[in-house]
Amino acid sequence: MSSTSELTMLQAINEALHGEMARDERVMILGEDVGHVGGVFRATEGLFEKFGEARVVDMPLAEGAIVGSAVGLAMAGLVPVVEIQFLGFSYQAMHQIVGQIARLRYRSQGRFEPAITIRAPFGGGVRTPELHSDSLEGQLANVPGLKVVAPATAADAKGLLAASVRDPDPVIFLEPLRGYRGIRGEVPNNDHVVPLGSARTARSGEDLVIVAWSHQVEVACRVADSLAKEGLSIAVLDLRSLVPLDIEAIAVAVDRCGRAVVIEEAAQTGGFGGEVVATIVEECFWSLEAPVVRVSGYDVPYPVGMLEDAYVPDEARITAAIRRTLETA
Amino acid sequence: MTRPSDEQLRAILVDMVGARAQAGRLWNLQRQGQIGTLAPIDGHEAVVAATAHALDPASDWILPQYREPLALQRFGPEVLDQYMLYNIGHPDGSRLPPSVRVAPLQISLATQIPHAVGLAWGMTLRHQPGVTTVFFGDGSSSEGDFHEAVNLAGVLRAPVILLCVNNQWAISTPLHQQTAAESLADRAVGYGIPGVRIDGNDAAAVFDAVDEARQLALGGGGPTLIEANVYRLGAHTTADDPTRYVPAEDLRAARTNDPVHRLVSHLADLGLWDDGAQAEIEAAALVRIDEAFERAMARPLAADAVFDHCFLTDTPRIARQRATLLAAGPHGHSISPRSTDE
Repeated sequence: MSSTSELTMLQAINEALHGEMARDERVMILGEDVGHVGGVFRATEGLFEKFGEARVVDMPLAEGAIVGSAVGLAMAGLVPVVEIQFLGFSYQAMHQIVGQIARLRYRSQGRFEPAITIRAPFGGGVRTPELHSDSLEGQLANVPGLKVVAPATAADAKGLLAASVRDPDPVIFLEPLRGYRGIRGEVPNNDHVVPLGSARTARSGEDLVIVAWSHQVEVACRVADSLAKEGLSIAVLDLRSLVPLDIEAIAVAVDRCGRAVVIEEAAQTGGFGGEVVATIVEECFWSLEAPVVRVSGYDVPYPVGMLEDAYVPDEARITAAIRRTLETA
Repeated sequence: MTRPSDEQLRAILVDMVGARAQAGRLWNLQRQGQIGTLAPIDGHEAVVAATAHALDPASDWILPQYREPLALQRFGPEVLDQYMLYNIGHPDGSRLPPSVRVAPLQISLATQIPHAVGLAWGMTLRHQPGVTTVFFGDGSSSEGDFHEAVNLAGVLRAPVILLCVNNQWAISTPLHQQTAAESLADRAVGYGIPGVRIDGNDAAAVFDAVDEARQLALGGGGPTLIEANVYRLGAHTTADDPTRYVPAEDLRAARTNDPVHRLVSHLADLGLWDDGAQAEIEAAALVRIDEAFERAMARPLAADAVFDHCFLTDTPRIARQRATLLAAGPHGHSISPRSTDE
């Protein structure tokens, strides 16, 4: 009897939502087009039919009110799971996410529990119109009070989403657009929870470690597999969550390898990659054999389709960065 | 429609007079440098106190903006304690005990309106009786959150009372520069909900309107937008100088319509109020605020309180930061303007 099934990341997310809604009747889904139609990507498919219109709610097209009303729902003891259709659309809710949700527990000194999960697809590679692919994890990780989770595999999407919904603090759950149907893998059929704050070793290696999250983990693994044919031993560390950050796992991996490359899709300046590099420097300075290199998007707005291949880090750019790092004595 | 009884009106006036007296004390404490910037209640006493008396503190919620606490006595004496903690900058200033259905003050204008709608909606989903009442001003009615939240309230038929206290000024910006609309209550039509415009200096009118909106909401009839017209009799905050922009003649005219004086004169005519009663009530209110201030100043504050309640459990990063701060010892940092151990 198989205890796993092969699912796409999208199917895994859907399965997690079904599981969480069945487990806890306080869990609600709010968003645009999440009900009847099951979400524009079908992430919420079947929930409306199974759990009803009181718990799976098609909201007016107003991100600020969707997120803002989730604060009130949480104050009433409910557990809202909000879908923002694309992360770039969360700009219109940022005052509620940053100014309100993130500090609800802090400003009420624990009276109100913001057990709110905000799911949103993000990232490039699918030729979207403007504002559909922005990577905001760096900005969001810089907001005290938010947890930021970014799964890279189908199994983690299920397990980390379950953990996020159950978490007593607000979680921004970032789903890679390109991974919705592009990433698939074996996913446990039963209740599956992956604790937040625990990084995953996607590839073991001794020569250099690539630190990545979300869809870039898969790209990093392809690079590692390809370089393995040349006899290079490249590790890949999948952070899984940026907040909380698994500082220990980063330190262990970098201490072992002595060389690191950090990948992200967001613009470089102020991005979370810089935070990872700073962590490496603080934790592993005396183990480093070469400067830590970032491969990221450029310091420009996320571009239109014809330009995005030049923007999103790919295997060639990552490989070049690795070679440069390995060549340093 | 329920007119407030004379006894109810008297109870409302007790809270209004107390709030007016306490506002004076707060102003002085701020000028002495003992408390931080705050927004005086002057001119808003009737709309706040009468609203509180039209609600049921055992089931209804109030989501304030920031000018209301002194007149929210009906929701519990803890509100005053919390407000004094807030004014001295203590983190507990935004925490009330679970039995007090008052949300923390809100600095980011209008953001509390969607919270009130969500809370009202959530109470319905959880089969909890009661309504939520959210205070905001004429300036806040220009914010996107006002539109988004009131629209949502209409769609959900949420049991929420949307109470716009129109005091004619958003700091220095007068109403006619805020909107071309003749009445803010007229906007309700566009959201498919009832809108009423009342004299916010008339405590009985406020009580009536809130009571009616509450009955409608409890009966499943959804939200009501109430525009209560008042005049801001004081400064926007202790950091503001309204003499730079409020026309003196307008302020003089507004003072002839002072909500406290109006209710005093009404109840005095009925033989329910006199100078002796007033002096006694003012004195008691001052004792309460002085004691609340003393309690606030004596409230302990842990050396590492800055980290508490960011998350339920510290992240590894915060745990390290907390340890570093604690290791630095009492002289490694300054924990508050009141810290006296250096």
